[in-house]
Amino acid sequence: MKTYDLSNNSLRELNQALHDSVLLASEPEWRITNPNGAHNIACGLNDDVSVDIDGHAGYYCAGMNQKASITVHGNVGVGVAENMMSGLVHVKGDASQSAGATAQGGLLIVEGNASARCGISMKGVDIVVKGNIGPMSAFMGQSGCLVVCGDAGEALGDSLYEAHIYVKGEVTSLGADCVEKEMRQEHLDELSDLLKRADIDTDPSAFKRYGSARQLYNFKVDNASAY
Amino acid sequence: MCGIVGLYLKNPVLESRLGELFEPMLIAMTDRGPDSAGFAVYGDEYDAGVKLTLQSDDAHYDWQTLADKLNDAFGSLDSWFQNANVAVLKLASEENKVLSWLVENAPDVRVMSAGQSIEILKGVGLPTEVAERYKLKNMRGSHAIGHTRMATESAVTLQGSHPFSTGMDLCLVHNGSLSNHNRLRDKLKRQGISFQTDNDSEVAAGYLTWRMAKGESLNQALKSALKDLDGFFTFTIGTRDGFAVVRDPISCKPAVIAETDDYVAMASEYRALADLPGIKEAKVWEPEPAKVYVWERDGAKVEAA
Repeated sequence: MKTYDLSNNSLRELNQALHDSVLLASEPEWRITNPNGAHNIACGLNDDVSVDIDGHAGYYCAGMNQKASITVHGNVGVGVAENMMSGLVHVKGDASQSAGATAQGGLLIVEGNASARCGISMKGVDIVVKGNIGPMSAFMGQSGCLVVCGDAGEALGDSLYEAHIYVKGEVTSLGADCVEKEMRQEHLDELSDLLKRADIDTDPSAFKRYGSARQLYNFKVDNASAY
Repeated sequence: MCGIVGLYLKNPVLESRLGELFEPMLIAMTDRGPDSAGFAVYGDEYDAGVKLTLQSDDAHYDWQTLADKLNDAFGSLDSWFQNANVAVLKLASEENKVLSWLVENAPDVRVMSAGQSIEILKGVGLPTEVAERYKLKNMRGSHAIGHTRMATESAVTLQGSHPFSTGMDLCLVHNGSLSNHNRLRDKLKRQGISFQTDNDSEVAAGYLTWRMAKGESLNQALKSALKDLDGFFTFTIGTRDGFAVVRDPISCKPAVIAETDDYVAMASEYRALADLPGIKEAKVWEPEPAKVYVWERDGAKVEAA
């Protein structure tokens, strides 16, 4: 395992090294120490490597990830795993706002709480939060799943497209066009699989499912003639 | 953008190190606000009257003469010292009388703060320059709040720099922008609150001064602010013995709080907290939107809305 101390080494050099496929072939495991809230740690990785970050990370940690498995042993700032394409991002602490924003694939696990706008405009990522999520989460979510083992804040799933939302605790309020939906076997199977992948032992039948009522303007075929 | 920081010591043993602990927090937020910076330090309490922090744009201003004149007028100047282009004076007199005298007799001098404990120091320039100018590192006290500014709503001037104070010992730093500040300023002026600038954040400070003058606690005043202030904000507020953090319901503007047995610290970003002692074992969390967090001297209690 290669250890990289951010307290006395450059972040830019680290991110460059994490894009060096030749180096990564011989050093597939990295440990980053003293992140001290720095922004843009381990962004845009393209290789199947593992990265452990020992401490709290700043904004956009593990953004645009492809294939890599990134674990943060602490909290993360705004926009963790934003626009992730594939791979795994695992936050052991809390995530600030816009966790997993616009992400198109992969799995984001937050063991603590995620704040406002978790999964905003999600486009295929799966997000599992062990704690609570803040307001305006999954806003305009297009596809993928958002699983919340705790409570959800105001306006959950506002203007939702086809993302699936599962919440075990209380939902403060649902956003425009978001409704509670029947939990069928296919949904229980999907949820069980995600909980298992996140290593969370809890009963899937205790969750409620939320989705789009498909009543907003953009869902009406009558409006197609406007274009 | 702007960056804000605050450090409230629960353990008095650390008070001699307030400046040394706080300076790196302020400088860590330079990226968020490189055009001006400021801070309020609470300490060196003076109970016999009022402690004033006065500033002059003239680097060679004759503070000794002003101090002598004040002593002649009131006969009550207990002590004073100069710090760069600022002087801190302690007078065993009423705040209003001294401030009126200053308007008449020293109109070119700016009152940065008035109270029993507060000293506000601020100016244009990089946070590291402002901190060095006033020797922040050597300051002692119980709590401090600071701001690094990237101006949006008013000019890059000393007057537009934070913290803003509109009443005894109360001051505020703000990350965000308010949209209803003009109308609110007019309303507060009619209630007798005076303003020195067109800045939106000064209106927030004036609002809190007004509510607390009506007898509200810091916690109540901040709950009222959540109803009456429109816009984006993360505020950190200092009073003589209190410290508070509040974010608007949309919570676009960041904040993180760290708490140990020794202190409560807040910053726009965790980066600013990374060098504090014991931070690895601290409870670190993001304050929730529209929730008021207050710590006050009597038992360092937490009041949440």
